[in-house]
Amino acid sequence: MLTLRLENISLGYGKRTVLRDINLEARPGELLGIIGPNGSGKSTLIRGITRLISLSSGQIFLNGQNMAAISRAKMAALVAVVPQNAALPEMFTAFEVVLMGRTPHLGLFQREGQKDLDIVKGAMEVTRTYALAGRRVGELSGGERQRLVMARALAQEPKVMLLDEPTAHLDINYQIETMDLVRRLCLEQRLIIITTLHDLNLAAQYCDRLVMLSKGGIHCHGTPRQVINARAIKEVYGAEVCVLPHPVNDLPATFVAPSITGSLSPGRDDPTIWRP
Amino acid sequence: MELRLSKDATATKAAASYPLRWRSRSYAILGLALFFGVTVLVTSAIGSTHIPLDTLAGVFLSKLPFIHVEPAWTASVETIVFNIRLPRLLLAGLVGAALAVAGTTYQGLFRNPLADPYLIGVAQGAALGAVIGFLLPASWQSASVPLLAFAGALLAVAAVYLVARVGKTLPITVLILAGVALGAFLAAVTSYLMVASGDRLHGIISWLLGTFSLTNWWQVSVVTPYVILGIAIIWIYARPLNVMQLDEEQAQQLGVNVERVKLVLLVAATLMTAAAVCFCGIIGFVGIIIPHALRLIWGPDHRFLLPLATFGGASFLILADTAARTVLAPAEIPVGVITAFLGAPFFLYLLRQKKRAIF
Repeated sequence: MLTLRLENISLGYGKRTVLRDINLEARPGELLGIIGPNGSGKSTLIRGITRLISLSSGQIFLNGQNMAAISRAKMAALVAVVPQNAALPEMFTAFEVVLMGRTPHLGLFQREGQKDLDIVKGAMEVTRTYALAGRRVGELSGGERQRLVMARALAQEPKVMLLDEPTAHLDINYQIETMDLVRRLCLEQRLIIITTLHDLNLAAQYCDRLVMLSKGGIHCHGTPRQVINARAIKEVYGAEVCVLPHPVNDLPATFVAPSITGSLSPGRDDPTIWRP
Repeated sequence: MELRLSKDATATKAAASYPLRWRSRSYAILGLALFFGVTVLVTSAIGSTHIPLDTLAGVFLSKLPFIHVEPAWTASVETIVFNIRLPRLLLAGLVGAALAVAGTTYQGLFRNPLADPYLIGVAQGAALGAVIGFLLPASWQSASVPLLAFAGALLAVAAVYLVARVGKTLPITVLILAGVALGAFLAAVTSYLMVASGDRLHGIISWLLGTFSLTNWWQVSVVTPYVILGIAIIWIYARPLNVMQLDEEQAQQLGVNVERVKLVLLVAATLMTAAAVCFCGIIGFVGIIIPHALRLIWGPDHRFLLPLATFGGASFLILADTAARTVLAPAEIPVGVITAFLGAPFFLYLLRQKKRAIF
């Protein structure tokens, strides 16, 4: 079976090490979420896997092959990245931007053929962006752009997809839509998907496995039920929360539990609050 | 797998429905290429000696192999067309193409709509070189001015490049800032030399504003290989340049060797610009306005934008130079004055017409 394996990798910027001795394995059809506070190295991990930052030690294997030995173009045909708030050139059309996803499959003197156009169309249909194909990117909303970047990643026909905070700055409806899509890609396309997430509740709801990063290392690792609990969150984030089972599916749901609440905070008997 | 639809008949027959505008953009390139040809023919008839178009056609046809045309014109007509007007037109065309393509390239590379071919020191380096050339003995000037202008342009950009380089990478912002700073320094030295230049000031100013009045075939033959080669290399890299419009990190994640593309495009555009300005001087505005105008009309895809800029820039500068030599004939207006005078209102008109993102 196809696997992405990180063996003892350490990396950072210049002399500053951000991540130390990370061991991780990701498999197709299983959504792996990376959580952790700001600055814990979530984005750095994504950049390390795609060699935007070189590893100071350790190795990454894709299906047993050392990624350091793969050329940049070959790697882009295997690993697609959906960056956080990706900047897109406003005058290009949505279709042209997704077509850029074919870059790793084309030589310098090659032009996109019918096959490439069809793959792009397919990728846009899966992400429900084909209706936008002729529109200029500058006219699209944040949620539409996010889906467009995912369509571009799919057009790369990758084996691995890495997402960096795919729900950042999106409204709750787009957050759900985006995560539904990620989940669907993971199951239907059998991609290896690793996503960093800010929102612990989305992480618990959608991911099969979670890795909680803290101070450049892995604090804990396991199913959402094993990883998300009030003690771990207190230790890693330094935040007071309470974690209760989700009323519908029993997955861990995190609630902020501030020491100071608003003066109008309702009591336990408030009838406007729905309780299971 | 849901993505693999290539064998699906409905997808194949819908090829024309992809929103790509490839066909209309290809026609636009063809149209501008034809327009360029017509421009060369028509403007070679215009000047202090008017040459009727049928005579002109005869003159051109008689130069083609296997065609015999009975000369119904004097030898001086042939001299005017072939030794005076044609080299001047062709140099203007080459320079216009080079500046427009280099401008498109720099704008794309720097992802900055204000970029022009002179942004990172080419103009200021060439100007200083040229001014030094003008201060050398008068009999050397025809060689010393272009040679020193060319060398000055390349040295300035090389210095900017070396300052801006960090390890193996070239941060674009640092490159632009270094270019602006070095440019200011070189401009200061140039201004000082101009103050001290005495009676040679007129020649210097006319060069700095740009002029084709002293063009000959030798100049055309020197500039041609640089421009053709530069444009060819940049055309080849049009698709990576498109991908780099995303940003460098995304381009890298799509498999583009960003640092190599930057270096190749910088070298090609810079060499071409340096060769373009070394005989005719600093002609402004072509490199910034032509790319924007074409982008507004035919979109930002460099695979179409670069050929369009080649023919559009060439035609525009030929027309501007024709105006420069005829409007106040027998006096000449510096062509740089014309490019701004004609170009700016047209560009403002386009901006009003297409009220949307321009870059």
